[in-house]
Amino acid sequence: MAPMKLYGWVVSPWMARVRVCLEEAGAAYEVVPMSRSGGDHRRPEHLARNPFGQIPVLEDGDLTLYQSRAIARYILRKHKPELLHEGDLAGSAAVDVWVEVEAHQLEPVILPIVVNCIIAQYVGQERDQAVVDENLAKLKKVLEVYEARLSGSRYLAGDDVTAADLCHFGFMRYFMATEYAGVVDAYPRFKGWWEALVARPTVKKVMASMPPDFGFGSGNIP
Amino acid sequence: MAPMKLYGMPLSPNVVRVAAALNEKGLDFEIVPVDLRTGAHKQPEFLALNPFGQIPALQDGDEVLYESRAINRYIATKYKAQGPDLVPTPSAKLEVWLEVESHHFYPAVSPLVFQLLIKPMLGGAPDAAVVDKHADQLAKVLDVYEAHLAQNKYLAGDEFTLADLNHMPYLVYLVKTSKAELVASRPHVKAWWEDIAKRPAFHKTVAQIPFPAAA
Repeated sequence: MAPMKLYGWVVSPWMARVRVCLEEAGAAYEVVPMSRSGGDHRRPEHLARNPFGQIPVLEDGDLTLYQSRAIARYILRKHKPELLHEGDLAGSAAVDVWVEVEAHQLEPVILPIVVNCIIAQYVGQERDQAVVDENLAKLKKVLEVYEARLSGSRYLAGDDVTAADLCHFGFMRYFMATEYAGVVDAYPRFKGWWEALVARPTVKKVMASMPPDFGFGSGNIP
Repeated sequence: MAPMKLYGMPLSPNVVRVAAALNEKGLDFEIVPVDLRTGAHKQPEFLALNPFGQIPALQDGDEVLYESRAINRYIATKYKAQGPDLVPTPSAKLEVWLEVESHHFYPAVSPLVFQLLIKPMLGGAPDAAVVDKHADQLAKVLDVYEAHLAQNKYLAGDEFTLADLNHMPYLVYLVKTSKAELVASRPHVKAWWEDIAKRPAFHKTVAQIPFPAAA
């Protein structure tokens, strides 16, 4: 069976979301590196794979998929369905709720902080501290809910790691590389959950190719 | 079996998203009002259901869920064998288009519907710059849908699924606005919308939306 192909730049938090799932599932895959600064994602051959012109894209035989969470679900359903709590109605509902929470409550506040605090300086943009402050305030409210949740279970959807936890890795990796990482100190269960996640060998492996500055500082512009 | 309780305002598109799924499955439910205008969604009683303080929330016996798309997956999975199967397998294409709704369609259409329909209901005026920005954004998204629906009857292939259903509340609002032409000008998107809007379960859902009388 030919390995799956994952198109994109490995520093992308969306790529990371898929890669941790591939690693956890033990699925055979190869990364097909693309250049963001070179505009590879806007070329016709990539638009044929993903008409929205984004990465990651997964090819598995005849199938081409995009949207990182759709790819994650596809991989886990095929190779490690227990990470979705497949077949357990309440368990899978918990996974689904916390995948959506990451998408609609957490990621929208982390992204502007990461863009302003890490990326802006390398792409000739002014850091907007008002945007950072506004999103930090929202982040603290959101982390209160996570803290309460993690008081009841070791991981977000129960006492074992699931897709819900793995989906958080990519964006949290970069938030924790900003000067505001200390914000999580006020949420000890959340902080412990994060530390357990990054202690996983699969997560360490993916993180090894994700420098805290996205590669800009070392001239490896994505 | 006690009817499920759907917490929220019947006018909220995210609440309608869940009502649409419940009706497709022929399920009994009651809408328990949570009036955003009085801040009910930030009161302890509601925060006990959804600690993020947003509507909808769904109560099914002991199970309490929030995030409308997670709720809909739960309904589609629990009642898979009842009514049309909204989450058939194989599911790769279905998963892609569920996410496309969430991350391409919704971010463009939601602010547009807010500015053009909801804000005026609350006594405000649409912000033209916001409307133009999101209309342009939605136009580009719907161009992709137009090409996709030229090759596919429904988003995930030959059959109606949860991917189509999750679009319906914002579509029924969009076509009541001055930006309805975004759908009407794209023949395959238009045909798809008209087809899914004809579904009897959706008629039932729409009949329960308390649209204000036309001015």
